Amino acid sequence: MTNHWIDLKNSDCILIMGSNAAENHPISFKWVTKAQEKGATVIHVDPRFTRTSAKADMYAPIRSGADIAVLGGMIKYILDNDLIFKEYVLEYTNASFIVGDKYAFDNGIFSGYNRETRSYDLSQWAFAMDENGNPKKDPTLQDPRCVYQMLRKHYERYTLDNVEAISGMTRADIVKFYETYAATGKKDKAGTIMYAMGWTQHTVGVQNIRAMAIIQLLLGNIGIPGGGVNALRGEANVQGSTDHGLLYHILPGYLATPLAAHQSLAEYNKAFTPVSNDPMSANWWQNFPKYSASLLKSMWMDDDPAVSFNYLPKLDTAAASVYSWLNLFDKMDKGQFKGLFAWGMNPACSGANTHKTRQALTRLDWLVNVNIFPNETGSFWEGPGMDPSKIKTEVFFLPCSVSIEKEGSVSNSGRWMQWRYQGPDAPHGFKPDGDLMYELMHEIQALYKKEGGVYPEPILRFNLEGWATNGIFDPHKTAKLINGHFTRDVEIGGTVYKKGTQVPSFAMLQADGSTCSGNWLYCNSYTEQGNMAARRSLAQTPEQEKLGLFPNYTWCWPVNRRILYNRASVDPTGKPWNPELPLIQWDAITKKWVGDVPDGGWAPGERHPFIMTRFGFGQLYGPGRADGPLPEYYEPLECPVNSHPFSTTLHNPTAISYADEDKAVCDPRYPFVGTTYRVTEHWQTGLMTRNQEWLVEMEPQMFVEMSEELAALRGITNGEKVIVESVRGSVWAKAMVTKRFKPFDVQGTVIHQVGLPWHYGWTWPKDGGDSANILTPSVGDPNTGIPETKAFMVNVRKA
Amino acid sequence: MHTNRRNFLKLSATAAVATAFGGLGLGCTPKAEAVDRAAAMDPKWSKQTTSICCYCAVGCGLVVNTSLKTKRAVNVEGDPDHPINEGALCAKGASIWQLAENDRRPDSVLYRAPYANKFKKVSLAWALEKIAHNVKKARDENFTHLNSRGQAVNRCDTIASLGSAALDNEECWAYSTMLRSLGLVYVEHQARI
Repeated sequence: MTNHWIDLKNSDCILIMGSNAAENHPISFKWVTKAQEKGATVIHVDPRFTRTSAKADMYAPIRSGADIAVLGGMIKYILDNDLIFKEYVLEYTNASFIVGDKYAFDNGIFSGYNRETRSYDLSQWAFAMDENGNPKKDPTLQDPRCVYQMLRKHYERYTLDNVEAISGMTRADIVKFYETYAATGKKDKAGTIMYAMGWTQHTVGVQNIRAMAIIQLLLGNIGIPGGGVNALRGEANVQGSTDHGLLYHILPGYLATPLAAHQSLAEYNKAFTPVSNDPMSANWWQNFPKYSASLLKSMWMDDDPAVSFNYLPKLDTAAASVYSWLNLFDKMDKGQFKGLFAWGMNPACSGANTHKTRQALTRLDWLVNVNIFPNETGSFWEGPGMDPSKIKTEVFFLPCSVSIEKEGSVSNSGRWMQWRYQGPDAPHGFKPDGDLMYELMHEIQALYKKEGGVYPEPILRFNLEGWATNGIFDPHKTAKLINGHFTRDVEIGGTVYKKGTQVPSFAMLQADGSTCSGNWLYCNSYTEQGNMAARRSLAQTPEQEKLGLFPNYTWCWPVNRRILYNRASVDPTGKPWNPELPLIQWDAITKKWVGDVPDGGWAPGERHPFIMTRFGFGQLYGPGRADGPLPEYYEPLECPVNSHPFSTTLHNPTAISYADEDKAVCDPRYPFVGTTYRVTEHWQTGLMTRNQEWLVEMEPQMFVEMSEELAALRGITNGEKVIVESVRGSVWAKAMVTKRFKPFDVQGTVIHQVGLPWHYGWTWPKDGGDSANILTPSVGDPNTGIPETKAFMVNVRKA
Repeated sequence: MHTNRRNFLKLSATAAVATAFGGLGLGCTPKAEAVDRAAAMDPKWSKQTTSICCYCAVGCGLVVNTSLKTKRAVNVEGDPDHPINEGALCAKGASIWQLAENDRRPDSVLYRAPYANKFKKVSLAWALEKIAHNVKKARDENFTHLNSRGQAVNRCDTIASLGSAALDNEECWAYSTMLRSLGLVYVEHQARI
């Protein structure tokens, strides 16, 4: 989230699209309701009428996967009717930038496409540069190659006729939706978006978000209270686990994983340190070398960062099609891996194409599964269709403490780092995950020390004791290391920081090894003032109270800034666009900002507000994505149509897929659109909630929800057991026949959609059913590799 | 502030009402004066600690009561002083007590030998030692010093890791850096999917 949960109350129009917040993030609705009570309009766009729709002021059904048609249509509507927030668009976005000569777009394909590698040469989309090395601009927005005109041209095909034909939304709904949301493009109005996996789990997942980000920039809704682009993250610490780089492509603090081409720290830093010749651009990533050196120091305290850089493993490519989840399992299936850690995860139910995932596990020599309850991953060898006597895999199941039995912090979707204390002791002497990690790594270090081994330095010299006190994992000591300290006496701006003192904030981090910091974004979280995440003060100034900013309650990254890009909430002279709800304001007497922690302390107008981008501007045109600088409409890789109105390019030409795996496109055997979702009473694969009687009593087993029309078509009655099948497999489910799904009219054809929860698995409860991911395809977004589990094709029949 | 049993019961009742209506997302309204009730409540029979819900990422505050005698949880409810949830919880959050106090939690580390048809109970020390040997063997026998272009990559392509958004920040960081020190590049978790 660029903003945070309480800030939802400051919005004038809340769009919930790609999410069922009322059921899956129930407490968020406390703040959605507060906004409604003050007059805000809530719009829900979703294939199914849910409890979110019931609370919304407007509900518009949409076929799964058609989001870019609808959002592209809104971009056209805003531009055609000149509803943009002009000053914001001109001053703070790249609308005036001139796009270079090599950029072109034709029939669904951008310039630079390589049909063999199914990828683009991104350099073709670069901006035209002036003699100073800055992008050329046309502040009149008249140049046909400027981003504003490019947007107009790109979205001229997104007419109401075309949007209506493909999305299944009615014209009346489309127009009402556009009118209502576009009305937030005013200085004193704020519109926000709440989205979740309904937008991300698509082969165009990133471009769904990009399309909305473009709308938010055109309407001046980013950086302001009640605005922003808000991903409703679905797990207690999925924000923190991402921040700390538990993904192939990033190290802690979103530092890119080094590539083979980077043979030295200097080469690595050079590759990821952007250069801007505009003195008005903060170009914050210019600090990259300080953050990389400080991370290396925290991992290998006794080595110079230039030496320990060699200890980091290097990737051959950053492409999601090589190292990300889907390909990891494809390679496992082909026998590449000897061992797997499934630590606090249940991939045998959560991964797309479950049969393939489970089969891949049989190819491992060993599997370590750390979890609270036995589950489908740790017990895969005795699952449906498995013969244990033929499966070699050695399995270690390590039980662990639950969250209330241990101490440490988690970061919520609004980036609040919140400290948890230990209440009960874990049963049977079970330990927190951190203790298990420490003890395992200690064992590995001891083994290398005793026996020697291949390239032992990164292991033997690793700063393991930096996590522990007296041989036991210490969350406070680890949190302090993540914040970082000075490794020798350092003088900065006349102040001497003694060796061993905590670094006050990332502005003080150094590139020469004189500071360590496990994650620069968390530098400022555990300082000489103490553990900021444990703060519980509700104190606020009257202005902060009006916003519900709570700056003294816990801590938020970066540097306790509660709303990102907040310099965009004021005009270039420092005056809030909306004086009724000031987020930051420039005090001309003290020469300081008051309110939220500003995005840099520079005086008004001294820096462009989008400080994390190279040029300092919000990116309407985004030349860094794998599948194009502007969102374009493509059908899901499994879909009920063989054409769409926007081009003859049916699918995202760069999507990740496997040629030997069939896909159902207009396949009469699989005529219905399928999607997956969650219910309030269960969570994720259900591993934690299926093992609780109270919750199982409320949601006991697998169901498939369908319209009355589809049920009549198939002769199915409510409550009967049915079979849902896709190209990849089938599951049984209880039929739930409701008015909440309605057939869609898509290009003159009736298209039915069904939905299944993905919370069940064969281990427990008995007769609960199995994972809905048995049905979902292993195809993914080219930027992130996320599987397309929200739109696929199925059949439903009587059991 | 010292809380006698009578006041404690009153405060508990307020919190219980908040919990009862928590599913509606309405809960109780914020109190005018901010007092740290969790720290103030100090009854003789249990300790109170605050925590954060382990499910979605709204980050609702919890108050956990633990028996001083059994060291086990006796109650978990919404934290009325937490500014986001103001005491309210959804059905899952309101059931967290049952996540901890649950007979389906196994009572031991379990091991399944190759081709075996059941798990057997083993000690943690035995398991960790064996896992460490497995890691070393898989890493040392297949370590990739140079890639096909002859560039130094120093990585282990034969072990993968999945997990986890369910870990604390400190554990995530420890795990992330530990895996990289072993040379792993196939490091993924829930955020990818």
